[in-house]
Amino acid sequence: MPLLEITDLRKSFITPDGATHTVVDVPTFALGEHEQIALSGESGSGKTTFLHLIAGILRPDAGRVTLAGREMSALPESERDRLRATHIGYIFQTFNLLQGYTCLENVLLGMKFGRGVDHAFAISLLKRVGLADKLNHSPRQLSTGQQQRVAVARALANRPQLVLADEPTGNLDHANARESLALIRETCRENSAALLLVSHDREVLAQFEQVRDLKQLNRAAAQ
Amino acid sequence: MTLAHIVAKSLRQHAFSTVVTAASIALATGLLMAVWAVKTQANQTFTGVSGGFDAVLGARSAKLQLVLNAIFHLEESPGNLAWRDFEEIQRNPSVALALPIAVGDNYHGYRLIGTTTNLFTEVEPQPKRKFAFTSGRAFNAGYAEAVLGSFAAQRLGLKVGDKFHPYHGLLFDEKQQHAETYVVTGILAPSNTPADRVIWIPLEGLQNMKGHSAQTASEISAVLVKLRSPIAGKQLDTLYNKQGNRLTFAWPIAQAIAQLFDKIAWFDRVLALVAWLVALVASASILASLYNSMNERRREIAILRALGAHRSTLFGAVVLESAAIASLGAIAGFLVYGAIATGAAAIIRAQVGVVLDPWAWNPVLVWAPVGIIASGAAAGIVPALKAYRTDVAENLVPHS
Repeated sequence: MPLLEITDLRKSFITPDGATHTVVDVPTFALGEHEQIALSGESGSGKTTFLHLIAGILRPDAGRVTLAGREMSALPESERDRLRATHIGYIFQTFNLLQGYTCLENVLLGMKFGRGVDHAFAISLLKRVGLADKLNHSPRQLSTGQQQRVAVARALANRPQLVLADEPTGNLDHANARESLALIRETCRENSAALLLVSHDREVLAQFEQVRDLKQLNRAAAQ
Repeated sequence: MTLAHIVAKSLRQHAFSTVVTAASIALATGLLMAVWAVKTQANQTFTGVSGGFDAVLGARSAKLQLVLNAIFHLEESPGNLAWRDFEEIQRNPSVALALPIAVGDNYHGYRLIGTTTNLFTEVEPQPKRKFAFTSGRAFNAGYAEAVLGSFAAQRLGLKVGDKFHPYHGLLFDEKQQHAETYVVTGILAPSNTPADRVIWIPLEGLQNMKGHSAQTASEISAVLVKLRSPIAGKQLDTLYNKQGNRLTFAWPIAQAIAQLFDKIAWFDRVLALVAWLVALVASASILASLYNSMNERRREIAILRALGAHRSTLFGAVVLESAAIASLGAIAGFLVYGAIATGAAAIIRAQVGVVLDPWAWNPVLVWAPVGIIASGAAAGIVPALKAYRTDVAENLVPHS
């Protein structure tokens, strides 16, 4: 049984002129445990909405998202929150670190709503991503690449089964992007987490053994 | 990393608005507590001040004016009474002590009161405590000698052996200086009563001061009366107030003062209303401050939600933050209260001689801060609803 299974997933939004705009229409998609898949997609192909639906941040209009045997789309919001916190790590393109918190606190905050605060593990994650000497630095005191690493550590803070990465290298230069991507893939493997990464960057996509085109996957994007 | 930690972080991140809002809460809490505590304590203390007497006999007038003049040494004397009136009440078997007093002169605004040496030997200004001297001795009847209350001595800078010329009238006018020279023979220990603000001289001295009318020599301003039993008060009340129409017997003293507080009750209510309004405005300032900050915090809220925080958790965090600001303000409110109440107590002591203790127990010191914190928490509900309704996907990242 796959870790993530999607069936007939649809999501539409109402445009300002009142029309219905379907952003996601995915008949089927699956991701196995420990698997790493890259989704290729241009801007406007519904990448972020697709990830939000998987993470339970958005509720689909139709279809099912099943994660670790639980149908996330059928759960009430509070349980979706709980499932997201305990089973999913999310790496955002803009990192979304909280500026008022230190690097360590950002990772601990990830744990707070998940499996509980574990200082030792949080520190070991930050050491693993090369930020042992930056634990008490504020994100704004770090370079973009370093901020990305904090985001990676935070995504793994709850020992998730699935890591979702939304254009994680989009804000990095080539050297940093390559390094960061390698780090994400390695740390996911080390932590036994599956990885679903979306990107439009061919260099990034070229690093993955499995690449799926969102245009083929998402009927809405193909239109 | 607890909810309290998240709230503390948020307070630190918005330190300026936190401090300003907490300061307004502190002002409201302090003002509310001060108005209430000073009002209740002044009421209790003033009605408890009797100077060691049960009643005052004076010229026909309002009882309140008589008590204010003879016990609190405020207001004008309502008029004089004859010496024989004093002798008559002194002879009454139900009277334990009758002390004649005469007023009409001052020294730099501090009243000179003529009386007998019985003041120092018989009167107990506080229960079971007679007047004590910190230095010197009592005056001798018939001599130009003076004994100063502790507060008057401190303010005037007079000590034993110093000499001074009294001034005519109850208000200081440098053109009204009397020719007589008085020498200070004693300074009284603080009695925490209006007597501390008085310069005591022999009765004859005030009666015979040059410039006073000849009639004054055989008159006094009032008689302070200590009764043997409360029943005697009722009898004398009937005798002087109902059967007679020339004199007023103010008994019991506390009742006359209670009339004063009844008369100024409207002022208490206005002050309390103002304090409540300030508290309301302060709570509204928490609401406005947090509500406005919710716009800039939408992304932060969305990130926390994406990390798995429930809506209810964030709702609770905002209400807790609001309560925390109110709590900081309520704690600081004790400093404001201390400043206002201490200042008010100092003014009351300087003006009346009555000592209030700002830190004496008063229920308002509990219910006002608790009420303010509760209203602060309630004020957080509206911004908390805004946080509750924040759309995660919309505020997290732009749609691609």
